[in-house]
Amino acid sequence: MSAIPLHPLTPNSNLARLPRRTGGVQSFPNAEPAWIRWSLIAVSLAFLASFLFVPLTAVFWEAFRKGAAVYWASFQDPDARSAIRLTLLTAMIAVPLNLVFGVAAAWAIAKFDFPGKSVLITLIDLPFAVSPVVSGLIYVLLFGAQGWWGPWLAAHNIRIIFATPGIVLATIFVTFPFVARELIPLMQSQGTEEEQAAIVLGANGWQTFFRVTLPNIRWGLLYGVILCNARAMGEFGAVSVVSGHVRGLTNTMPLHIEILYNEYQFAAAFAVASLLAMLALITLAAKTAVTWKSRGPLEDHANHNSTGDAHEH
Amino acid sequence: MSIEVRDVHKTFGTFAALKGVSLKIQSGELMALLGPSGSGKTTLLRIIAGLETPDDGSGDILFHGENVAALRAAARHVGFVFQHYALFRHMTVFENIAFGLRVRPRRNRPSNDAIRGKVASLLKLVQLENFAGRYPSQLSGGQRQRVALARALAVEPRVLLLDEPFGSLDAKVRKELRAWIRRLHDEIHITSVFVTHDQDEALEVADRVAVMNEGAIEQIGTPEEVYDQPASAFVYQFLGNVNIFEGRIRNGRLRIGCLELPVSSPESADNQPARAYVRPHDIELARIVAGEGVRRGTVQHIHTAGPIVRVGVRTFDGSQTIEVEIAREKHQELDLRVGNVVYYRMRHSQIFVEDYSI
Ligand SMILES: Nc1ncnc2c1ncn2[C@@H]1O[C@H](COP(=O)(O)OP(=O)(O)OP(=O)(O)O)[C@@H](O)[C@H]1O
Ligand SMILES: [Mg+2]
Repeated sequence: MSAIPLHPLTPNSNLARLPRRTGGVQSFPNAEPAWIRWSLIAVSLAFLASFLFVPLTAVFWEAFRKGAAVYWASFQDPDARSAIRLTLLTAMIAVPLNLVFGVAAAWAIAKFDFPGKSVLITLIDLPFAVSPVVSGLIYVLLFGAQGWWGPWLAAHNIRIIFATPGIVLATIFVTFPFVARELIPLMQSQGTEEEQAAIVLGANGWQTFFRVTLPNIRWGLLYGVILCNARAMGEFGAVSVVSGHVRGLTNTMPLHIEILYNEYQFAAAFAVASLLAMLALITLAAKTAVTWKSRGPLEDHANHNSTGDAHEH
Repeated sequence: MSIEVRDVHKTFGTFAALKGVSLKIQSGELMALLGPSGSGKTTLLRIIAGLETPDDGSGDILFHGENVAALRAAARHVGFVFQHYALFRHMTVFENIAFGLRVRPRRNRPSNDAIRGKVASLLKLVQLENFAGRYPSQLSGGQRQRVALARALAVEPRVLLLDEPFGSLDAKVRKELRAWIRRLHDEIHITSVFVTHDQDEALEVADRVAVMNEGAIEQIGTPEEVYDQPASAFVYQFLGNVNIFEGRIRNGRLRIGCLELPVSSPESADNQPARAYVRPHDIELARIVAGEGVRRGTVQHIHTAGPIVRVGVRTFDGSQTIEVEIAREKHQELDLRVGNVVYYRMRHSQIFVEDYSI
């Protein structure tokens, strides 16, 4: 195992092999002159530093500016605690559901042919294609007081918009593609031969899925879940539309941060923001660990690990 | 366990991949399905295994006289070796082989000890005793192939189906495995069908060969039968190199330019266009005219690499170049050079009128 490339999971399995041999700067016989290489590296490092590293540091810097006491005090605030609780609850519902939906959709798409398949593939990308605000508005249109089903819901005393169900629904919608998009190319590249082999050997449908299909996609699945979780906790736009910003009730962490910020409570805002930033760092670490692990003793896994362009949004 | 396939049709969309295939494989026989790419070999094998279903209402598959057409693949108890092995990549060699035993319903699942014993004996059979802990990605092609075979045999299948078992191996490993699989079959005597598009492989390994072309079986027979008495021009051509002479039948003889060949049943095809098929090793070369039916030509090229010498001879009228194979000693004796005049004679030929042998 050599160094872990910056973007290790590329969609093309042949490409995936290339970066593994390059442990840093490698010189090919006919490569560019050294100064070009070094200036390219310098430019990208400078870019990374100014656009990623500096802001990230700034978050923690601001959070601790007034001292650790103020930092901790920010989390004593009941509204902050409620926001954290709601965020965790939302992720706890949205991520498992998307795990199941995502696996089911990817399985259907990769392993079977059925009419309407291409429509389904396009639909899976829809949440990435539309602005999160529009996603939120869709739910307001459906479930809001003036929405299609609003009167019926009101008559039965069910609240979806401006309540937790709406936030969960919007989050599920926005984060749906992560798992499915991660798995579809992976499952497609693996084909159905192993499943057929299992069936000929006498395995039934469940055994085939749990013993052959699932283990083969486990790393891709974990990867998708990690990204899905990060987005579920960090989603702002769609949630903002359906939440109604009721303090202590329908504010998630990102919404809470915005409110604090608008009220000039910078230290508190950055303190909560630092939690989200921490989540991002943990996500990156977990992602790297998964990537590293998946190319452990079973090299082939890494070659089959591919991620469409699910992380671009 | 005999296998019988009766009048199986298979259509993909509008494309007929199998057009009424019937085939009978004796118990304990090793049968080769030989044919060019796209001729329907894999499709037929998958239908026998139950991985594909014949067109509605067509065809029956019988194992030992019992119709299994309605049975699912899992219930047919066949061993299937896939073209690309399809080993479970996340399992060790041991777990791959044990899979078929582990997924059995509890009441007839062997104990862990029994599974270990069974896998060990299979590993010995395929000569991979020391590889139990490896993953498929850590094996060579030939080793993977043998693991796939052991995995298929672990469930003690009634029949063994192999799809191009040597397809993706290099020539040398192919040869070794070929001989090995023949020995293995002689040892365990399981009714087996293997698909190949390599005629040497089919002729060398199989008890009988079924030659397929465009979704139909052209001929079934022992390797000697299909090679020496090909039923169609296709079979003749597919089983080896061949020189083709176009001509017309007149008065019981096939006239090709100024050459004449006798036709065995002349009445049937008088004045019809026909072709004579001659294998390169069925042509004799000489430096002087001797005997009947000898034609003149010039040596155009000589390839001496390999156990036999291949000589290209341009016919006297310049209409075609015929390929001739002669032994090395013969080549030395003749002392041929490019440009030399030689005399050739067909030792043996087969004549087909529109694909039918006459
Ligand atoms: N699932 C499918 N859908 C559509 N067409 C198919 C399908 N499977 C096979 N075919 C077609 O049926 C024909 C026979 O295919 P098959 O795989 O049986 O050929 P083969 O003899 O095994 O060839 P090869 O030696 O290349 O493996 C081919 O023309 C192929 O394109
Ligand atoms: Mg095939």
